[in-house]
Amino acid sequence: MTALILRIALLLLLALPARAQDAFIAALPGLAGGFSDIAASVDRLGALGDPRALPLLRALQEGKLQKTPDGRLLLPEGAGTADAVTGQPADVAGAEAVRLNNRVRQALRGALGRLQLVSPDPAQRGAAAEAIFRGRSAEDVPLLQAAIAREQIPAVRAKMELALAAAQLVAPDEAAKRDAIARLGAAGSVEARALLIEARTANPSLAAAIDVSIATIEKQLQIRRMAETLFQGLSLGSVLLLAALGLAVTFGVMGVINMAHGEFVMLGAYATFVVQELCRGTSWLVPWALPLAVPAAFLVTAAAGALLERGLIRHLYGRPLETLLMTFGVGMILQQAVRVAFGAQNREVLSPSWMQGTLTLPGGVAVTQNRLWIIFFGLAVLAMVFAAIRLTRFGLEMRAVVQNRRIAATMGIRTGRVDAMTFAFGSGLAGLAGVALSQIDNVSPNLGTGYIIDSFMVVVFGGVGSLAGTLVGALTLGVVNKMLEPWAGAVLAKVFVLVAIMLFIQRRPKGIFALKGRAAES
Amino acid sequence: MPTTTPNFTRRATLAGLGASLAAPMIQPAFGQGAPIKVGVLHSLSGTMAISETALRDTVLMMVEYANSKGGLLGRKLEAVVVDPASNWPLFAEKARELLQVHKVDVTFGCWTSVSRKSVLPVFEELKGLLFYPVQYEGEEESPNIFYTGAAPNQQAIPAVEYLMSKDGGEAKRIVLLGTDYVYPRTTNRILRGFLNSKGIGNADIMEEYTPFGHSDWQGIVARVKRFAAEGKKTAIVSTINGDANVPFYRELGNQGIKAEDIPCVAFSVGEEELAGIDTKPLVGHLAAWNYFMSTPGKPNEEFKAMWQAYIKNPKRVTNDPMEAIYTGFRMWMQAVEKAKTTAVAAVTPALIGQKLMAPCGFEEEMLPNHHLSKPVLIGEIQADGQINTVWKTAGVVKAENWSPFIPENANRAKK
Repeated sequence: MTALILRIALLLLLALPARAQDAFIAALPGLAGGFSDIAASVDRLGALGDPRALPLLRALQEGKLQKTPDGRLLLPEGAGTADAVTGQPADVAGAEAVRLNNRVRQALRGALGRLQLVSPDPAQRGAAAEAIFRGRSAEDVPLLQAAIAREQIPAVRAKMELALAAAQLVAPDEAAKRDAIARLGAAGSVEARALLIEARTANPSLAAAIDVSIATIEKQLQIRRMAETLFQGLSLGSVLLLAALGLAVTFGVMGVINMAHGEFVMLGAYATFVVQELCRGTSWLVPWALPLAVPAAFLVTAAAGALLERGLIRHLYGRPLETLLMTFGVGMILQQAVRVAFGAQNREVLSPSWMQGTLTLPGGVAVTQNRLWIIFFGLAVLAMVFAAIRLTRFGLEMRAVVQNRRIAATMGIRTGRVDAMTFAFGSGLAGLAGVALSQIDNVSPNLGTGYIIDSFMVVVFGGVGSLAGTLVGALTLGVVNKMLEPWAGAVLAKVFVLVAIMLFIQRRPKGIFALKGRAAES
Repeated sequence: MPTTTPNFTRRATLAGLGASLAAPMIQPAFGQGAPIKVGVLHSLSGTMAISETALRDTVLMMVEYANSKGGLLGRKLEAVVVDPASNWPLFAEKARELLQVHKVDVTFGCWTSVSRKSVLPVFEELKGLLFYPVQYEGEEESPNIFYTGAAPNQQAIPAVEYLMSKDGGEAKRIVLLGTDYVYPRTTNRILRGFLNSKGIGNADIMEEYTPFGHSDWQGIVARVKRFAAEGKKTAIVSTINGDANVPFYRELGNQGIKAEDIPCVAFSVGEEELAGIDTKPLVGHLAAWNYFMSTPGKPNEEFKAMWQAYIKNPKRVTNDPMEAIYTGFRMWMQAVEKAKTTAVAAVTPALIGQKLMAPCGFEEEMLPNHHLSKPVLIGEIQADGQINTVWKTAGVVKAENWSPFIPENANRAKK
C-alpha cells in the first residue's frame, strides 16, 4: 500500500511544477545531518505542506528512516527499502537509522501536526490540533482557520479552536490576540495558563487582559487541584485500607498481634507474580492474569494463615508478647524463604493495558487508571468482608466466638475451627492487598515491612474491632497525608501524620469508633 | 536488573556463581604464594540489590579474568563475597570482617554514598584499599579509597548544561528530585549553586526528597507537572536511587509526561535498572554517565563479550559502574605488577598515573586526587532499554572532587 502511494507520489512529483519539487527535495539532505540540521529540515517539510512529507516524517518518528554513509535517505517500502528521493529500491548495506533527540521530536510533532490536519481520521486531526497547540507558530493561523471551516466533529473543532488561539497569541494581529486571550482563559487548562504566562512578558500592552484570563483559569485550577489531591488521598487511603483490612480481622476481631501480616501481603504479591508467569505461555490468558491472581493470592495466603494459626498461634492465645515475638520471627522466616525461592531481586508484575495511563474526568481532573482500579478494588474487598461477617453463617459463628467463647462452644460451635477460619480469612485479605500492591510497588521480599506499621496505625486509629473505623481511619490518613505532602514533603508529611495520631490516641485510646458495651470490656 | 527477564536472571546468577566456583579447577598452575584476596562489598538484598548485584558479578568476572591471565605476581586471586543487605551500618561491619577476618588485599564495593561514608573510617583505620565504582557527589578524598566513578563536574554539571543548551531544550526551570541521603542532597546543593551562577533563581528550582524505596509518586509527579506549567521550559534532574525508580518512571508514563515537554535526566539509572521497566513511554528521557553499553569501539566490544560470556546470557546488559569496576580492577592489576606487592602502602602510590584504554573508548588516567579522567556522555533512553549517546565531550575531563560551587571549598581551591 505504502509502495503504491509512493509510486503515485513519484508520478505527481514528475508532474509538479519544478519549484515545488525543488523545495521538497531541497529540504531532504538536512535529514542526514546533525540534530539541528534534522530539526530545521523537519520544520521546513512541515511548512511546505507537501503530502510526500507525511510518510517520510512518520518513518523518521518511528525510527525507520535510514541514512547511508554517502548521505542518501532510505524509506521502508514493503519488505525492503527505497531511496527517498528517487523511489528506486535501494541496498541497506552500511545504512543506519536516523536518530532523534528531544529537539527533533518537538519539531516532528509540530510538522506532523500541520500535515495531519487534513487527515481523514478524526482522531489524527484531534492529535494534530493538540500537537500544533504545543508547538504553535504564527504560520499555523491560516492552516487552522481552513481546518476549522471544514471540521464537522465538535470535539475535534474545539481542539482546533484552542490551537488557533494558541497560534494567534504568537501572531502579530493585536485584535485576534485579545480574542485568543479570552478564549484561552475560558479553556481553563494548565497548558493554556502556561501559554498566557509566556505571552505576558512578550505583550506588556495586553498584560491586564492576560491577568484576567489567568485569574479565571486559576480559579478553575484550584478546584481541580483540590479534586486531584483528594483523589491521591483516596488512592493512598485505599492502599492503606487494603493492607489494614486483614489486620482488622486478625487483630481487631481475634486480638492476635500478627507481625507477619506484612509478609502475607508480600506472599500475595508473589502469588500474583507466579500466576502471571504461568499465564505467560498461553496468549489468550495473559490479559486475565491479574483477575486470576485475585483468588489465587487469597487462597495461598489463607492457607499459609491457617497453617500458622493451627501450628503456632493457637498455643499462644492470651500471651500477646509471645505472639508478637513469634509472629515477628515467622515474618523473617517467610522473607528469607521467598528470598531463597525467588531471589533477592525485585520481580516485575506487568500492568494490564486497562490499568495504564490517565483517565480525564469531566472538569479536567486527571486520575491515573491503576490507582482508580485499586480504589474500586479496596471498596469491593471491604464490601466482601462486611458481607462475610454480617451475612454468612461463618460470620455469625465468628462473632459468637469473639463475644463469648464458652457459650458459643456450648451452642455447638467448634471454636478451634472458627479461630483457624477467621485467621485464614484475615490472612487471605492480606494476600488481596498484595495483588493490588504488585501494581504500584516493587515486588520484593521486603514489600511487607513497609506496610505493617501503617496497617497497625490504621486499625488502632480507626478503633480496634470496627470495620467502619478501619475504612474511615484509612481514608483519613491517606487524605491528610496527601494534603500535607505539597508543603511538608513526602518524608515530613508522614512524620506529622504520626505525631497527630499519637496525640489523638492520647485523647481517645480506643480510636475513632470505640466499641461500647460488654464487648469492649472483655 | 532481573525484573524483566525473571527466568533468566536467577539462573544466570546461579550459573555465574557456579562458574566462579568451577573456575579454580581449570586454572593454570600457580606459584607457591597464598592467594590474593579480593573483597566484594555489594548489597545482594534490600532496596539497592537492583543495582548492586550485577556489580558483584562484575568483580567475580574480573577475578576470573585475572586468574585466566595467570594470576598476579604468580599468585592466584580469590574473591570473598559478603552481603551488607542495603543496611548502612552493616556495611561498616562487613568491611571490618573483610579486612580483619578475611584479610583481603583489596576491596571493590559500595553504591550509595551513605554506604561509602559508613565504611570510610573502617578502611582508614585498618589501612585497607577500597575501589568505589559509582558516580558520586564529591567532597571527599580518602587516602584509602580510589573513586572510579564520576565526580560532579564529570556528570551532574555537564548534564544540566546540556538541558539548558539548544539541543537539550533550553530549560529555564529545573526540578531536583532525589532520594533522601547524602549524595542527592550534596549534588543538588552543587547544582543549585551552579544554576544560580547561570541566572536561574531559586524561584525556578523545585527540590524534593523521598525515602529509599518510595513507591507513591502520584503527588510529586503531579506537582512537577504543575511546576512545569508556569510558562517556562522545565526539566527534571533525578538523583533517585535504587528500586524507587521503577514506580517513579511508571508514574511518569501513566501521567503522560513526554520527554519533548519535560525531559528527565537521571544520574543513577543505567541499562541495568532500565532492564526492569517498560521503556516505551520513556523514550527520549535522558541519562548522564561516562559509559553506555551502546558506545562503539573495540574496547567496549571486548568488555561486552567478556561479560556476556561470563554470565552465560547474551541478553545481559553492561552499564557505567560495571565499566568503572573493570577499569579500576585493571588499573589495580597494573599497579600491583608495578609495585610487585599487594601491600596497600606500595600499591597506592603505584596507582597514581596508571592509564588504561577503557571501554568508554577513551584512555582514562588515575589522577593524584584518586579520581579518574573520564569523558562525559548524555544519552537518550530507547524503546529497547538501551541508551543512545546524543551528546559527549570531545575528550576526557579531569575529576574535580571539590566542587567550586560549594562556598566552603573556596579556601581549599586556593591551597
